[in-house]
Amino acid sequence: MADAHAKNHDFHIVDPSPWPFVGSLSAFILAVGAIMSMKGLAIGGMKAGPVLLGLGFIGVIYTMIAWWSDVVNESTHKGNHTRVVQLHHRYGMIMFIASEVMFFVAWFWAFFDSSIYAGEEKAFLRNAFTGGHWPPTGIEVFDPWHLPLLNTLILLTSGTTVTWAHHALLNDDREGLKQGLIITIILGALFSIVQAYEYSHAAFSFGGNIYGATFYMATGFHGFHVLIGTIFLAVCLLRAYKGHFTPKQHLGFEFAAWYWHFVDVVWLFLFVAIYLWGSQWGAAAGAH
Amino acid sequence: MAYAAADHEAHADHPTGWRRWVMSTNHKDIGTLYLIFALTAGLVGGFLSIMMRLELQEPGMQWFTNPQTYNVFVTGHGLIMVFFVVMPALIGGFGNWFVPIMIGAPDMAFPRMNNISFWLLPAAFALLLISMFVEGAPGSNGFGGGWTVYPPLSVAGHPGPALDFGILSLHLAGASSILGAINFITTILNMRAPGLTMHRMPLFAWAMLVTAFLLLLSLPVLAGAITMLLTDRNFGTTFFDAAGGGDPILYQHLFWFFGHPEVYIMILPGFGIVSHIISTFSKKPIFGYLGMAYAMVAIGAVGFVVWAHHMYTAGLSLNTQRYFVFATMVIAVPTGVKIFSWIATMWGGSIRFTAPMMWAVGFIFLFTVGGVTGVVLANAGLDRNLHNTYYVVAHFHYVLSLGAVFSIFAAWYYWFPKMSGYVTPDWIGRLHFWVSFVGANVLFFPMHFTGLAGMPRHYVDYPEAFAGWNRISSIGSYIFAFGLLIFFYGILVAFLRKEKAGESPWGAGANTLEWTLSSPPPYHQFETLPRISGNDH
Repeated sequence: MADAHAKNHDFHIVDPSPWPFVGSLSAFILAVGAIMSMKGLAIGGMKAGPVLLGLGFIGVIYTMIAWWSDVVNESTHKGNHTRVVQLHHRYGMIMFIASEVMFFVAWFWAFFDSSIYAGEEKAFLRNAFTGGHWPPTGIEVFDPWHLPLLNTLILLTSGTTVTWAHHALLNDDREGLKQGLIITIILGALFSIVQAYEYSHAAFSFGGNIYGATFYMATGFHGFHVLIGTIFLAVCLLRAYKGHFTPKQHLGFEFAAWYWHFVDVVWLFLFVAIYLWGSQWGAAAGAH
Repeated sequence: MAYAAADHEAHADHPTGWRRWVMSTNHKDIGTLYLIFALTAGLVGGFLSIMMRLELQEPGMQWFTNPQTYNVFVTGHGLIMVFFVVMPALIGGFGNWFVPIMIGAPDMAFPRMNNISFWLLPAAFALLLISMFVEGAPGSNGFGGGWTVYPPLSVAGHPGPALDFGILSLHLAGASSILGAINFITTILNMRAPGLTMHRMPLFAWAMLVTAFLLLLSLPVLAGAITMLLTDRNFGTTFFDAAGGGDPILYQHLFWFFGHPEVYIMILPGFGIVSHIISTFSKKPIFGYLGMAYAMVAIGAVGFVVWAHHMYTAGLSLNTQRYFVFATMVIAVPTGVKIFSWIATMWGGSIRFTAPMMWAVGFIFLFTVGGVTGVVLANAGLDRNLHNTYYVVAHFHYVLSLGAVFSIFAAWYYWFPKMSGYVTPDWIGRLHFWVSFVGANVLFFPMHFTGLAGMPRHYVDYPEAFAGWNRISSIGSYIFAFGLLIFFYGILVAFLRKEKAGESPWGAGANTLEWTLSSPPPYHQFETLPRISGNDH
């Protein structure tokens, strides 16, 4: 047996880290700030909500940057990411995405509960509001074959460009990797811009009606995930320029790509369910 | 179990002082933090319940002046016990401590993420405590709508910020649990020692694996539901407001799609723990090991498709109710497999009634009582009468307060020598058991009677007719609370006497890997991985 302090396995025994504590404290401050802002509360006469919200947000972002910098450092410089540790990360990312899928299940559940049962006879109060059909009376919805179709094409194209980047990386073609990533990031940003434009031209609001509530919550959380995915890809681009990725080891890139595909698939469901079926193209025609 | 474990001295470079705890990446230290946190939160949650029993001891108002405050206590008690006592103790505490050791791993798969799973909990707990001291319903503090937080009471009924604190508290606690679940699943699937196949894995690890999957898939749905609640409360959305085309029943579906797996999340780790204790003190391998493992998988899977049995009185169609009655009863089958396998394990064994064994046998008995009343409540027809009565309170306290909590104490007495390195005199654990067993039954059994007689829950006052059984219930709660004093006395004695525990204080029969290590185990165990060749669980 080797000496008593030697590690004879490939697992990663991580050094102590301040970030979990800092991150949790920041999350706490963020939560308190968010509530004080929403409710206009004051501590000792001071409406500290927005300040706390800002501080908490900065703390959370700082924690993410510092923590993931440590991870990158452990991987690229310290060589802690053995094959089995890489497998851990794959499992972790798959399960994170699985939990995200279940998060979207909640929004789709709300949407289908509202749209399929818009004319439920027992729910007379709801019937009075919706007029017994979906979209509810007085809601002017988007034409799915207009901006939503454009965004579908943008996202689908971005799915192919990220795969291009991946194949370039696998073939050790650095320039191809960067080009593929840059185009994917531009497409991601384009999607967000189109969505912002679409939101600003909506004929219905978030509050006061179930159509707006389910529409904005589902597409809004999706849009938020597009932003996160775009940032994730941008970080990968930065790392590509720093030469972090090798054809054999590039988990950060793979996870960004997985995440991007996940966001892509969620959009397809949103497009088909909320924009297409949920507009006059589907649900209304089906209702009496 | 054959092994070739390296039993090293503590790692030379391990951190000390506050850094060791605040910045920890060590599964045993984080497990200890979880246990201390759960005990502390348990005192708060226990205090709330004692206040409830003091109030209900007599008809009329005794201690509370505002009936709403009583309901705030009920709500706080429920949320604290579920999210800040049972889950942290069983999953974060014992899971962290013993899953890596039992599978022969040096630590969890993501040691740093493990730490944020812990530290998010004090943050969440602080938010929940703040919630009790800020305005909820107009003119009074705290949220009083029960742990299920149903709208419209949770939207229109509590305009103050109390519930917003509660919602964000659940968001943080949920994030903590999801990260923990990812950690456990990865650890169990990837870090088993060479030779330790899934079908040789200790049942506690199986239990934690199933639990982690339930957490991973159910908590995000709760996060969605309470986010809708948050926007209904603060941004004028109408998810749960029929006047805006929404549906309050939608919330109940979303909540219970999480809430029902949640009850299995609380009890499955206990199943695992009890299996080991029964096997150890019967000096027999667990009866029907594979059946036991897959019964938990079955309970977990079926647990996802029975949620609406909490909603029989919400106006679901009769066909929907029929399905949920049937599906719910199906769960009795794998649960029965477990109960009978525990009994079969004891059958013909050389049984020693040590403290942990008594708690484990107590668990089996009490959990069975709770399970049987569960079958009663699964009937939509009967539930029409019993819904929201004390019969339901009795039922879920038999499975949780007497099931999950008894398994926590069983685990505590079983593993305390391993974790601390010190021995608690066994009579203290046995006395604690008998006091708690009597107390808990005196406390909760009469609730079946008051419930059948129609006494509703969530009320500060009740008619004279229910006075007798309520007085007895209250006395039972004081007995149970007295048992906790014995529990803390036991800890005190252990740390004052410092009687050292050996590697395997329970002797033959205890054959999982933690008993091959020193007590307490080295800071980093298994620096050379053990090789597993045997097949006795």
